[in-house]
Amino acid sequence: MNTAEQLTPEQLDATRPQSAEMLRVQDLHAFYGESHILHGVDFDVKRGELVTLLGRNGSGRSTTLKSIMNMVGRRTGSIMVNGNETLGMKPHHIPRLGIGYCPEERGIFASLDVHENLLLPPTVRSDGMSLDEIYAMFPNLYERRKSQGTRLSGGEQQMLAMARILRTGARILLLDEITEGLAPVIVQKLGEVLMMLKERGMTIVLVEQNFRFAAPLADRHYVMDHGQIVEEITAAQLPARREHLNSMLGV
Amino acid sequence: MTMIFGVPLAVFMGQITLGLVNGAFYALLSLGLAVIFGLLKIINFAHGAQYMLGAFAALLGLEYLGINYWLALLLVPLVVGAFGMVLERYLLRRIAHLDHLYGLLLTFGLALILEGTLVNFFGVSGARYPTPEVFQGGLNLGFMFLPTYRAWVLVAALAMCLFTWFMIERTRLGAYLRAGTENSQLMQAFGVNVPLLITLTYGFGVALAAFAGVLAAPLYPVSPTMGSSLLIVVFAVVVIGGMGSILGAIITGLSMGIIEGLTKVYYPEASNTVIFLVMILVLLLRPVGLFGKEA
Repeated sequence: MNTAEQLTPEQLDATRPQSAEMLRVQDLHAFYGESHILHGVDFDVKRGELVTLLGRNGSGRSTTLKSIMNMVGRRTGSIMVNGNETLGMKPHHIPRLGIGYCPEERGIFASLDVHENLLLPPTVRSDGMSLDEIYAMFPNLYERRKSQGTRLSGGEQQMLAMARILRTGARILLLDEITEGLAPVIVQKLGEVLMMLKERGMTIVLVEQNFRFAAPLADRHYVMDHGQIVEEITAAQLPARREHLNSMLGV
Repeated sequence: MTMIFGVPLAVFMGQITLGLVNGAFYALLSLGLAVIFGLLKIINFAHGAQYMLGAFAALLGLEYLGINYWLALLLVPLVVGAFGMVLERYLLRRIAHLDHLYGLLLTFGLALILEGTLVNFFGVSGARYPTPEVFQGGLNLGFMFLPTYRAWVLVAALAMCLFTWFMIERTRLGAYLRAGTENSQLMQAFGVNVPLLITLTYGFGVALAAFAGVLAAPLYPVSPTMGSSLLIVVFAVVVIGGMGSILGAIITGLSMGIIEGLTKVYYPEASNTVIFLVMILVLLLRPVGLFGKEA
């Protein structure tokens, strides 16, 4: 008889009731060596939701995403991904639960060309976007598919970093500062891509500095400060809380 | 008789050809070192010992198990490579989070233990591995008489270098390796089993050394210290070529062999030091090495 451990994540999904919470983080503490970065982070993301993590630089937003991927030193608390506790999981098993991670520095590999970069992350589910779909969505990448990854413009690199995880079939996307330093026309294109992904039912966590970009896309906002979630604001509450939020974020 | 710069053509071409054969070994060994350094960030000081293990395994396999040359060429790299994987999994991995200098010390210690153990059993004089029957005799190239086995070594070593280049530059596994060399943490976040990739890479680098060892067995005396003397030169070759590129390692290996060969013709006294002189020059003019990427 099969035990739960022997099932693939996809089979696991099929055996348990579809969890409404795709991601649930409880009392998460994270450490880099001796420094204590996250001090009990609590939040959840429901299936198909787009939530943002807002906050000043150093408030722990990127570390929260990295902690979910098990990329920090030590973590305590609980991180449930689609009903699976991931705290004890090896780093390379976590993406296979259907998570795609786009790091702040984009992580385009210089020793790989665009096409190789795109094909690099192993598929985690069978229903990812096909190469044709991806190249249709990002025609620039098709034109430059033979170029060295890091020869692309910043905007193209960001498109590549996004496209790369869409191909894997990930259903939860953790996106870290994807609009940082990009031209407005590229930011607009990224907004369109996110809208399209939402329509496809993706669950998205967006760490964003550009609040004007995030506001129309997000269902909920979490505000972080000193390694904790200090506030939760729904899209409906946003107009009334806007000034308060601006002062909190220091913009 | 045709003369080139006051040297008979036959001598000149002969030394170039012999230099190429030596260079093929430099290329094979520096390639393995570069592959290992890329992903593990450690300088594998056991590389020479692993090359020596390859030669010894071929010799002992022939004497005690009747494993012929061809089978040894196939089996020995697999066996020694598997031994390398065990070393990585149970020793190197334990210190992977420490300063990479500890990896260097550990592999250096391993090399001493391996050599010392074999010296204890077999002494240092070295044994002969018979040249395989098909490679008896030589080829008359017109300008020189080339032992067939040396020609074969050149072909086999170059074929293995090209195979390695192809695996790393043109396959998916190679793309994992290149990407892991740049940013292994992100590779984990994509779901790649990086610890396994590291084990396989180390095993592959060690297998390359063992393959070179089997090739060398009929050529040089098989002795426990055959690796350590060669390794010093190979380190110099790696420094000259830089850590950046696979093709760079191959080209540097071959050209250093040729330079060494030519020095034997024109100024034999310097033939043992010429590679180190080149190394000093390269370090002065281009510290990252001829093919290394600027940091």
